[in-house]
Amino acid sequence: MESCNCIEPQLPPDELLSKYQYISDFFIALAYFSIPLELIYFVKKSAVFPYRWVLVQFGAFIVLCGATHLINLWTFTIHSRTVAIVMTTAKILTAVVSCATALMLVHIIPDLLSVKTRELFLKNKAAELDREMGLIRTQEETGRHVRMLTHEIRSTLDRHTILKTTLVELGRTLSLEECALWMPTRTGLELQLAYTLRQQNPVGYTVPIHLPVINQVFSSNRAVKISPNSPVARLRPLAGKYPGEVVAVRVPLLHLSNFQINDWPELSTKRYALMVLMLPSDSARQWHTYELELVEVVADQVAVALSHAAILEESMRARDLLMEQNVALDLARREAETAIRARNDFLAVMNHEMRTPMHAIIALSSLLQETELTPEQRLMVETILKSSNLLATLINDVLDLSRLEDGSLQLDLGSFNLHSAFREVINLIRPIASVKKLVVTLHLAPDLPEYATGDEKRLMQTLLNVVGNAVKFSKEGSISITAFVAKAESLRDPRAPDFFPVPSDNHFFLRVQVKDTGSGINPQDYPKLFTKFAQSQSLATKNSAGSGLGLAICKRYHMLVIRFVNLMDGHIWLESEGLGKGCTAIFMIKLGVTECCTESKLPAATNASMNHAQTAFPGLKVMVMDDNGVSRMVTKGLLVHLGCDVTTVSSGDECLRLISQDHHVVFIDVCMYDGYEVALRVHEKLTKRHERPLTVALTANSDKATKDHCRRVGMNGVVLKPVSVDKMRTVLSDLLEHRNLV
Amino acid sequence: MPLHHYRPPPNHGGITSTQQQQVTHQPPAMDVLSQSRRQLADYTNSLHRDGFLDDQFSQLQQLQDESSPDFVMEVVSLFFEDCQKLVTNMARALSELQAVDFKQVDSSVHQLKGSSSSVGAARIKNLCVAFKTCCDSQNRDGCMRCLQEVNRECVLLKNKLQTLFRLEQQIISAGGSIPM
Repeated sequence: MESCNCIEPQLPPDELLSKYQYISDFFIALAYFSIPLELIYFVKKSAVFPYRWVLVQFGAFIVLCGATHLINLWTFTIHSRTVAIVMTTAKILTAVVSCATALMLVHIIPDLLSVKTRELFLKNKAAELDREMGLIRTQEETGRHVRMLTHEIRSTLDRHTILKTTLVELGRTLSLEECALWMPTRTGLELQLAYTLRQQNPVGYTVPIHLPVINQVFSSNRAVKISPNSPVARLRPLAGKYPGEVVAVRVPLLHLSNFQINDWPELSTKRYALMVLMLPSDSARQWHTYELELVEVVADQVAVALSHAAILEESMRARDLLMEQNVALDLARREAETAIRARNDFLAVMNHEMRTPMHAIIALSSLLQETELTPEQRLMVETILKSSNLLATLINDVLDLSRLEDGSLQLDLGSFNLHSAFREVINLIRPIASVKKLVVTLHLAPDLPEYATGDEKRLMQTLLNVVGNAVKFSKEGSISITAFVAKAESLRDPRAPDFFPVPSDNHFFLRVQVKDTGSGINPQDYPKLFTKFAQSQSLATKNSAGSGLGLAICKRYHMLVIRFVNLMDGHIWLESEGLGKGCTAIFMIKLGVTECCTESKLPAATNASMNHAQTAFPGLKVMVMDDNGVSRMVTKGLLVHLGCDVTTVSSGDECLRLISQDHHVVFIDVCMYDGYEVALRVHEKLTKRHERPLTVALTANSDKATKDHCRRVGMNGVVLKPVSVDKMRTVLSDLLEHRNLV
Repeated sequence: MPLHHYRPPPNHGGITSTQQQQVTHQPPAMDVLSQSRRQLADYTNSLHRDGFLDDQFSQLQQLQDESSPDFVMEVVSLFFEDCQKLVTNMARALSELQAVDFKQVDSSVHQLKGSSSSVGAARIKNLCVAFKTCCDSQNRDGCMRCLQEVNRECVLLKNKLQTLFRLEQQIISAGGSIPM
């Protein structure tokens, strides 16, 4: 803005110059007035303008300048003093405002300039964001593709579908010309073309696995660009002049064994498949990074999907196998159950059938024994009973085949008289042997202990069996049985090489030899005799006492015998000179040495009760009623020996006269004609149950009728005469403990 | 269920183990004593073996102690007295010319059986069993025969027991004690 020196002396102006000046001033003024208007107008229009008051300032400045120039118009002609003053004022104002504005602009212009730089900066940022947006979008696209691919791949557990889908989806996503999968062959030395995208049925191209390009691909887990001319990529005839870029990536084939518990599967597996992807030929397309990444991710996913498919296949196969096995096992189980049930039914029936008569025999024999018998008869009945007992044991054992077969046969150990066991067996066999006119001799060595610890019943069974066999198969001659303690040297018998007995202090080995003069055994048949399913032809003659069943039982007995001998840590074998020269059965068993010489034939319960029994009953007031003087004296002596205070009476009247609450026990001989009546009277006389004496019947016969009668009259017990000291002791103990004879 | 096993009652006519134990400590150089003891043991064994005595007799011997040193002898004496009385009764009853009172004979036999079993006279007891059968069948001749046998047995047993007691006395007088 030029400062106009408008205060000049008034010369007669050049008319033209003045005119132009006049016009210019006018236009300047106009412009000066219109600029603020425009400014205001546009600022009003725009919302974002931070410097309004600067504008006002500026506007004022311009207006004043305009005013000045306007007023200048009047100064061209002669003007009054007022005009001059106004002019001056205007000029002064203008000067002030313009200076102020100038000062203000110093602040403002840098700001305005920085706005510009900010604008530039923002523009750059916007461009960057745009780029990043582009990238993200690309990644998202990739991710979407991968997800879609994965979804497609994983939506099936079928191997082939997986692979086919992979190729298809990849082809679609990446718009590939060709996509191929090479799988390693079984030998692992070649890669075979397994699937392609475009070709429907790939013929089995194979390439050796150790090509450098393949090694290159296999050694890295990235997608690797390979040459389109490599053998794996030359799949189809060249469609165009410039084949598209080819990328190959390895697909690990994971096995179940690759999945360790703690570590993620390291790709230490050697087996890879090769996936080859070809871009369309004659296109300028290149493999972008994100596309390569996509391919790598897909390859990994495929590997996992394949492994899952493989696992599933295997588990399905295993499950089918298991189901088959299950069915087979079920069938076998049902068959076994049926067999067992059949056997048990058979055993139960046989059990019952065989035990019923045995019951009868034993029960009746014991009943018979209770009756009055001549000594010969008694001996016979006792023999019957003993044999029946043995037979009962045999039946128990034979019929419990399952126990035998399970091997759960237990020994019944106890002390017993060894000598008498032998003698009993001989006594049992003697009648049968004498029928056959066979002489049976028993020789017990002098050093054979009289008592031993072992299973008496089973020893006798074994002996009976062995001797019985000897008798059975000897038509004439003699049976000799020897028993002695086996010495250490003879323990290791060369004929029984697997037998290694170890003697100790508490045990000795009993050796029993049963020699017969029967038909003998063919030496070739030795091993068969004592095995389960053996049959010795020389023994199974037609005349032998067994038919099929007999021989079967014979075999069973053998099992029993063997089992028993084994349980006793022993051994059994046969010797024979040959056919017709007789044979000797030898067995050795381990028996325990018994210190005490008392027979512990009593069952444990009785022993226990004997331990509880008092040995003396001091102060026990007892009354004995018996009409037989001798019996009376004996009973009294018995009770006195046990420490009782005894009163004896010989008649019912005397008894009733003398009985009182003080008496603890009354023994009444119920064989007396008024025995029972006395008992009744005693009960009537002393009615208070807990205070009245216990009544016990003494009788010589213990049949059921007597017992019932005693019970009916309310007696507390029955004792069989004659009474031994021990028996009396037990009786008194039981009475005092239980107030009854149990 | 296993079958019930019948346990036979203790040895009838077998050798009892009690007789075989020589419990007492033998003082040195007492050959007479040990000889007497052996004699006694053998004799007792033989009595048992031959069935004259059974377990009950041993029980009686067990009852003999310091408080009743002659218990066995007393019982045995009483038994023989009883025996005599009963035999006489039975003889009288059986020699009745008219009807024999078998009931009385039966009760006497019953008594004798009781006594003999209390004492342990096994043979006599067994004879009583046979006797009873004859009584039940009212067989006079049978009864007579049985009675004669009983008488004979009683005498026999008496002699045997006297010998036994003599042996015991020998031992006692030699300073030992009778083994139980």
